[in-house]
Amino acid sequence: MEEVLRLENISKLYQDENCETVAIKDFTYGFQKGDFVSIIGPSGCGKSTLLSIIAGLEKASSGKIFIGGVESSGVSDSIGYMLQKDYLLDWRTIQSNVMFGLEIKHMVTEESKAYVERLLKTYGLYEFKDKYPSQLSGGMRQRAALIRTLASNPDILLLDEAFSALDYQTRLSVTDDVYSIIKKEGKTAIMVTHDIPESISMSDKVIVLSHRPATIKKVYDIDFDLENRTPLNCRENPKFSTFFDCIWRELNK
Amino acid sequence: MNNTISEDRRKYLSQKKRRKNAILITQIVSLTAFIALWEILANAGVIDSFLMSQPSRIVRTFLNMSSNNLLMHLGVTVLETIVGFLLGTMIGTLLACILWWSDFISKVSEPFLVVLNSLPKVALGPIIIVWVGAGTPAIITMALAISLVVTVLEMLNGFQATDENIIKMTSTFRATKWQIFTKVVFPSNIGTLINALKVNIGLSLVGVISGEFLVSKAGLGYLIVYGGQVFKLDLVMTSVIILGIVAAAMYECVVLLEKLILRFVMHKTA
Repeated sequence: MEEVLRLENISKLYQDENCETVAIKDFTYGFQKGDFVSIIGPSGCGKSTLLSIIAGLEKASSGKIFIGGVESSGVSDSIGYMLQKDYLLDWRTIQSNVMFGLEIKHMVTEESKAYVERLLKTYGLYEFKDKYPSQLSGGMRQRAALIRTLASNPDILLLDEAFSALDYQTRLSVTDDVYSIIKKEGKTAIMVTHDIPESISMSDKVIVLSHRPATIKKVYDIDFDLENRTPLNCRENPKFSTFFDCIWRELNK
Repeated sequence: MNNTISEDRRKYLSQKKRRKNAILITQIVSLTAFIALWEILANAGVIDSFLMSQPSRIVRTFLNMSSNNLLMHLGVTVLETIVGFLLGTMIGTLLACILWWSDFISKVSEPFLVVLNSLPKVALGPIIIVWVGAGTPAIITMALAISLVVTVLEMLNGFQATDENIIKMTSTFRATKWQIFTKVVFPSNIGTLINALKVNIGLSLVGVISGEFLVSKAGLGYLIVYGGQVFKLDLVMTSVIILGIVAAAMYECVVLLEKLILRFVMHKTA
């Protein structure tokens, strides 16, 4: 398998008047193309910091990031980022919201417009493209946010607790939605979460992080052997609770 | 839709309507009673209409507008207020933009802004007159001085309170600081701007009236001072009443503007 993203000895130090905090220490991992990888760890362990470093929003104190084999610094075009909430801009229509990233990157072309239109049509938002975010349900808003991220066609998607703001019912169906979209578009995804069931139901691999400073404690291969895997049918699978037990124990060790 | 309204709902609606009417009627009655009492007591000689004026005399003064040049004075005050208001809002917003842009400048200017904000700007009146001359520019400067610092502080607060995560979302698209400002920070603060407008229309009027007190050439403020000095209390009262109406009208204009902006620019129903 091809390695799309490699982190090598990533460390992060935070300076403060009183002390120096080590948030991440020597994080090394290679992400395979098309994989859905979850990063799970105790709260405050630095998982979100790790995601920000991958996205190029924060600089690592030391270490290197390779995207598609090339060393990268700063925000890369191959990476899309999704935050806890949809953060759609209230004053823009859905159409204009999903074009927002392309507009910022000066990448609005006939081709990219057609691509966005295809995404809107495929994922059931085309009829709503002239509506405003306040007129859409939570699940639809999250889908619009995903299309905004996909619009500039990144290879790697970063999901930062991307569903934590939704209520449980919506969350389950949005997870299903987002999972199938990501798989269908053939993206590599890295998700940070503190929700063990969510990480098991969506991922091919789960990385368990230690307490601060964050290092890799263990990597689990989540293999359900299912034909048409969806987050929902994973949750019903008998293996689910086994995975849950292992990860839960590892986290509490 | 169901056309038959339930008994409870009808009761609720009529109760609501009755209460609304009661409030309006009480308001009208108390105002009328106040005016009537004033008129009657003045006629009966209980209060001295020379010192307190009297509704009928105020009406007469009002009808004789042209002999007092009331309209001209009104025009001057309104014009000065609008100019001061627009300048205060625009310059204030611009300064707030600069302070948002540079955290360093913002930190440096913080103590100065705090002092300027708590200083009663009317105290600067004599200085302003000496510097820009006793005329319209001095009055506008006064209005500007009063509304400027408040605008800067309020707009800066709004800019800095923009949701970090929206800025983060924008940054993931490699946005420049200029793009973040024009596409996210400024548009999310349209509400703050409208609030600043609402505060500023009142503050500009305060600045203009106190400026006119000092400069004493034209305007409602001048009429009030002049009327007081020559004991024409009818003129003073009439000017104060007109001022009240003008202030309310200008405020309502801003409220109307707010509704239009919320509806057609921000797509919210307020």
